[in-house]
Amino acid sequence: MSKLRLATLWLDGCSGCHMSLLDTDERLLELAAQMDIVYSPLVDTKQFPERVDVVCIEGAVSTEEDEARLRLVRQRSGLLIAMGDCAVTGNVPAMRNPLGAEAMLRAVYRESPVLAPQIPIEDLPRLHGHALPLHRFVPVDLFIPGCPPAADTLFAALAALIAGTADGLRLDTRFGA
Amino acid sequence: MSAPILTLTIDGRQVSGLASETVLQVAKENGIAIPTLCFLEGLSATGACRLCMVEIEGSPRLHPACVTPIQEGMTVTTDSKRLFGYRRAIVQLLFSERNHVCAVCVANGHCELQELARAFGIDHIAFPCRHPALEVDASHSRFVLDHNRCVLCTRCVRVCGEIEGAHTWDVKNRGIRIQIVADLDTPWGAAATCTGCGKCVHVCPTGALAEKGKSMAEMRQKRPFLPYLVANRAEERK
Amino acid sequence: MHREELAALAAEHQRHLDTFAHHIFVCAGLGCPGNEAIVAALRSEIAERQLQDRVLLRKAGCMGLCALGPIVLIQPGEIAYHTVSPDDAAEIVASLDREPVARLRLAPDLPFFARQHKNVLALSGRIDPEEIRDYIAAGGYAALCTALATMRPVDIVRCIQESGLRGRGGAGYPTGLKWATVAKAPGDKKYVICNGDEGDPGAFMDRSILESTPHAVLEGMIIAAYAVGASQGYIYVRAEYPLAIKRLRLAIREAERRNLLGHAICGLGFDFTLQLRLGAGAFVCGEETALIESIEGRRGIPRPRPPYPAEKGLWSSPTLINNVETYANIPRIVERGPAWFSALGTERSKGTKVFALTGKIRHAGLVEVPMGMNLREIIFDIGGGIPDGHAFKAVQTGGPSGGCIPAEFLDTPVSYESLNELGSIMGSGGMIVIDETSSMIDVVRYFMEFCMEESCGKCVPCRVGTAQVHRLLTRFLEHRATAADLAMLEDLCDLMKHASLCGLGQSAPNPVLSTLRYFRQEYLDRIVPAEPATEEQA
Repeated sequence: MSKLRLATLWLDGCSGCHMSLLDTDERLLELAAQMDIVYSPLVDTKQFPERVDVVCIEGAVSTEEDEARLRLVRQRSGLLIAMGDCAVTGNVPAMRNPLGAEAMLRAVYRESPVLAPQIPIEDLPRLHGHALPLHRFVPVDLFIPGCPPAADTLFAALAALIAGTADGLRLDTRFGA
Repeated sequence: MSAPILTLTIDGRQVSGLASETVLQVAKENGIAIPTLCFLEGLSATGACRLCMVEIEGSPRLHPACVTPIQEGMTVTTDSKRLFGYRRAIVQLLFSERNHVCAVCVANGHCELQELARAFGIDHIAFPCRHPALEVDASHSRFVLDHNRCVLCTRCVRVCGEIEGAHTWDVKNRGIRIQIVADLDTPWGAAATCTGCGKCVHVCPTGALAEKGKSMAEMRQKRPFLPYLVANRAEERK
Repeated sequence: MHREELAALAAEHQRHLDTFAHHIFVCAGLGCPGNEAIVAALRSEIAERQLQDRVLLRKAGCMGLCALGPIVLIQPGEIAYHTVSPDDAAEIVASLDREPVARLRLAPDLPFFARQHKNVLALSGRIDPEEIRDYIAAGGYAALCTALATMRPVDIVRCIQESGLRGRGGAGYPTGLKWATVAKAPGDKKYVICNGDEGDPGAFMDRSILESTPHAVLEGMIIAAYAVGASQGYIYVRAEYPLAIKRLRLAIREAERRNLLGHAICGLGFDFTLQLRLGAGAFVCGEETALIESIEGRRGIPRPRPPYPAEKGLWSSPTLINNVETYANIPRIVERGPAWFSALGTERSKGTKVFALTGKIRHAGLVEVPMGMNLREIIFDIGGGIPDGHAFKAVQTGGPSGGCIPAEFLDTPVSYESLNELGSIMGSGGMIVIDETSSMIDVVRYFMEFCMEESCGKCVPCRVGTAQVHRLLTRFLEHRATAADLAMLEDLCDLMKHASLCGLGQSAPNPVLSTLRYFRQEYLDRIVPAEPATEEQA
C-alpha cells in the first residue's frame, strides 16, 4: 500500500498548531511509517506538489496571498483539514475584523511610536478587510478546533485518516481548547 | 394549600411533578438534562434563548421547557433530530453574532456557550460571523463588561433587579443592536445604582462580565450564593 | 345618558342637520394633503355667498380613494369630487343647486365604491369624527345603551360568538371565544385593551377607523368591557398617529361628558374608564404581550405564552385585547344581531374586512369588502388594476408576516383559511400589489430588513436569524449567492418559524418562504456556481 501524502500549510496563525503536531513526539515515527510529509513549513519543499492526499491548514485567511494559496491547495488536495481555531473560526487574527484593515494598519504603523511611521506596501500581500476561516472560501472536509488542538487530538485525527475511520469522527476538543 | 400532583411522560418515562412546576424542573428532578442558557435557577425564566425547546405530543409548536407548566398526561420529547438541529443552529447563531474568541477569553474553560458548542459537537460556525465593533466597559473599579462576549441572556439584568434589588442593568435598542446598559446607558463605573455586589459577574454564562485582573481562563464564576439567597428569602416570607 | 335621552339627542341633532339643504364633507385624514386649505376655501366661499344657513361644511374621515384624494362629498346626491384643490372651491359651491362639476366628479357607478360593502367604514366620510352628536344621530351608542339595559354580559358574549367574528388584527382568533375566556377567568379586576399599534408597512386600516369613527371603537370597547366584566380600559395607539390620538382624546372626553364612559354608564350600574396610551414606535408592541409590557411602563418585549392575557395579562389580571377593527365591528353586531353579521362572508370567515390597497395599483386606498371576495375583484375591479400598462406579478398580504401570492391564485376567495393555504396570512389587512418590474427578492429583502430593525432582540432565532437571513438575501440580490446559501436560507427560515418566541419572529420568514414557493426561479437565477467568493462584511 502506498503511503498517504500529507501536506501542511501555515496561513495567518502563530505556528502553535504546527508545534502541537510536533508535540506528538515519538508518535511522529508511527505516522511517518504510514505517511509522507510532502510539503510543510517543517520540511524543505518549496512548491506545493501537484497532488496530495491530505492537507492540514493552520491559520486564518487574511491576505490576498493566503486566499490564492488556499484555493490552489484546495484544488491539489484530496482532503482538506482546518487545523486549529484560526483556520476554523478566524480566532485571534479575526480580532482585527471589527476595526477593518485600514484602521488596523494605521494604528500599528502610523499611530504607534516608531521612527518613520509608514504603512508597508512593497513586496507584501494586500490585507483582506477581514481575517476569515477557511470554509468561507473553500469546502473544508474536517474541522479540528482548539488553540492549539492538543497533540493527542491531532494524532487521533491523522491516525483515523490512515485507518480510514475519519467519517463522522468526533474529536475530543473544543474552541479555545 | 399545596399544588396537585400531576403525572406525565418525558422521553418515554413516566414521571410526576407539582402542578406549579415547569417541564424543565420536572425533567431535571428525574435526571433528564435539557440544554439551557438564559435560564438560571433562582432567577425568573424568560424563555429567550430557545435552547430548552421541547416537543409536546398533540401540539404543532415547540415549547420552551423553562416556562411551560406541566400538565396531566402530557407527553414530552426533550431530544430529537429536529430539536438537536435547532439547538445547534441557535448556538452557532450566538457565535456568529458577536466576537467570541475563546482562546483569549477570561472565561475559557468556564463558559456555558463554549460548553454548549462542545456538547453539540459544533466544530465550526456555519454562519458567517458579523464582527460588530463593540466596546469594553472597564470603567468600574472591580469589574469589566465586554460586550463582544455577551449573549444577551439577561441573567445580569434579572439577578440585579430580582435578587440584589438594584436594577442597575437593563437592555437598550432593538433587534441585533440590543445591548446591556448600566443605569440609563452610563459607564458602569458611573452607575449610581450599582452596589458593586458582583452578582451579575458570577451569573454571567460567558466572559462578558468578569472581575478585573483576571487573565485568560482565570474567571471562575461562583454560583452557590444564588440558591442560598433564594432559599433564605422563601424562608423569610413564611 | 339613558336610552330615551340618547334617542332624543339623536333626533334633535338630526333635526338640526336637516335644516341644511346641502352637506359638504371634506376628507380630513392624516394622509390627505392640503385638506385644511380646501376647507378654508370652501368656508370662505360659503360665507361670501351667505350660504351658512343652507350649507353645512364638515371635515370627515377618510373616504377611501386615497389615490384620487382629497375627496369632497356632497350630500344629498352622493356627489363625490376627486383631487380637489382650494381653487375648485368656488365652482363646487356655485354648483350646489345646479349641475355637479363634471370635470371633478367621480362616476357615480365607479366600481371602487359600487363593489364595496361598508360596515366598519359605513360612517367614514359621512360624519364629523370630532362631533359626538353626528355619531349619535347616525345611530351611534344605541347598541351600547340597548346592551346595558336589556342584555346580560353572557348574552353579549353569546351574540359575538354566534356572529363568527374573528380578530381583525392578524391571527383571526375567534373573538367571542376570547371574550368568553376573559369573562370566565377568575379575578376581581379585569382590563380591556384596544390594540391600535398598527405597524405593517402599507397598512392604515386602523388609523383610518380611529380618525373617521373614533366613537365606534369606544362603543365596541365599552360593550366588551361590560361583557367580560372589566372596569378599566386602555387604547394603545402609536404616537405616529397624531390625528387619531387627537380625535380619540376628544372622543373619550365627549363620551365621559355624556355619561357614556365613567361612573354608572347610561344611568345603569356599570362603571368603565378608558385611558389612552401612546406607543413609542416599536412594531413589536403590536404583539399583545409586548403591548401589555409597554402599558405597564416597561420595555416592550413579548412574554412567553401561556399564560395568555385572557388569564394573566395587564398587571397579571385577566385582560381582553382586541384590535381596532374588531371593536369597530361590535356595535353593529350587537344592534343588528349575530345572524345579520354571519350572513356575510364565507363558511369560517364572517363579515367584512377592511383592506389597505397600496403598491402598483391604480386606486390605492382603503376598501371594505365581504370576506370571500376574490383577489382579482379586489385588485382589478375595485382597485382598478395595475397602472402604466404593466402586468400583475404578485400581491403581498399580511405585511412583514405575510406572503406573496402570484397571479395564478388571483381567483382565490379571500378568507383566513384560503390565505393561510397559499402560505400568506390575512394579517391586519395590508395588500401591496407588485408588478412585473419588481424583483421579488428585493421586495422580500425589504420586509426582512423591516423585521430585523423591529425585532425586539429578546430571542436568538429572531434577533440573529433576521440579520443572517437579511445578509443572505443581499447576496441573492447582488448575484453572489451559492447553492449552499439557498440551503442555509431555507434552514434559517425553518428555525425562525418554529423556534422564535413571538409572532414577529415566527412569521418573519413568511415572505421568503412564499417567494421560495412561487418565485423560486428568481432565487435560482441568482446563484453563482463557483465556490463562494471573497466575503467582505460590514
